[in-house]
Amino acid sequence: MMAAWLMRAAAMQLMRVGLILGFTLALSVHAAVEVYDFTSDEGYARYQSLTYELRCPKCQNQNIADSNADIAKDLRREVHRLIEEGQSDDQIVDYMVTRYGDFVRYKPPFNTATLILWVGPAVLALCGVGGLFWLGRRRRQRQIPNETSLSQDEQARLDDLLSDHESKK
Amino acid sequence: MMRRLVLFVPLVLFAVMALLFKVMIGHDPTELDLARKGQALPDFTLTDLQNPEQRWTQADLLGKPYLLNVWATWCPSCRAEHPVLVDLAQREGVRIVGLNYKDDRAAAQQWLVKLGDPYALTLFDEEGRFGLDLGVYGAPETYVVDAQGTLLYRHVGVVTQDVWRNTLAPLLNGPAGGSQ
Repeated sequence: MMAAWLMRAAAMQLMRVGLILGFTLALSVHAAVEVYDFTSDEGYARYQSLTYELRCPKCQNQNIADSNADIAKDLRREVHRLIEEGQSDDQIVDYMVTRYGDFVRYKPPFNTATLILWVGPAVLALCGVGGLFWLGRRRRQRQIPNETSLSQDEQARLDDLLSDHESKK
Repeated sequence: MMRRLVLFVPLVLFAVMALLFKVMIGHDPTELDLARKGQALPDFTLTDLQNPEQRWTQADLLGKPYLLNVWATWCPSCRAEHPVLVDLAQREGVRIVGLNYKDDRAAAQQWLVKLGDPYALTLFDEEGRFGLDLGVYGAPETYVVDAQGTLLYRHVGVVTQDVWRNTLAPLLNGPAGGSQ
């Protein structure tokens, strides 16, 4: 009875390990990427940098070099084709932007839609620095009255008090 | 006075954040704007899904506004929206052109036999080249095209009766859509 239970538990454990192994293998097999031939080494280098800076429209946070989505495969195929046709990097990026918009570029151009993207951080930094200066100035202003002279009335009263104190001694 | 104003900083921040959230809520960041909006449908020459001898070009589609529906048999959401398309075509007489995208011809023909054919005609884009020219990045997608062949709008995802009534129908039948 006990032995049978142990056997079953062991079998379950084995199955679990097998499942995990299976998933891991399946994932690693999926990562395979198609192979393209280039007529020149320069073309290959350009393919690498272009697929690196073009963004996958489907998966959003991956470039098309890393993504395994179907659309990323198609776009890699197009990049390869266009390079072999002798198109320049700019032409290829334009080709993608015409179809998928500025979204496909990891280096967005400077225009009204992307203004906040480019200018935002600088504006925030300026606000921060400005705020610090403002705080600093306020603190200094608050300290000044403590150090400097009293008004005439106050000085007279102070003298009065002090002389009182002296005379009582 | 200044110190009083400083007290309002959190309130102002809150108001700004609340406004931002209100604008962004319900906005799907995975939905891309149509890059070719307002432009002509890109050129193509594709065969008919049912008849490989028949070739279609963009000129064949001019004259009446239509919905261009991108679908495939490997796409589960396409199956979900299919009854809606059939209903729109049969009951409301909507002109829908199918774009069978990166699919198997026989499987796609089978699908239409089994589930009904809502399409005035179906273009067969086996390698997805026309899809790429259009800016398709997944299926289903539904484009509104006017009588002059101008792309007016793209809906990404399943077309429901709601989407049809509130978004697609006004565009298709509106002044920009021409006829009907």
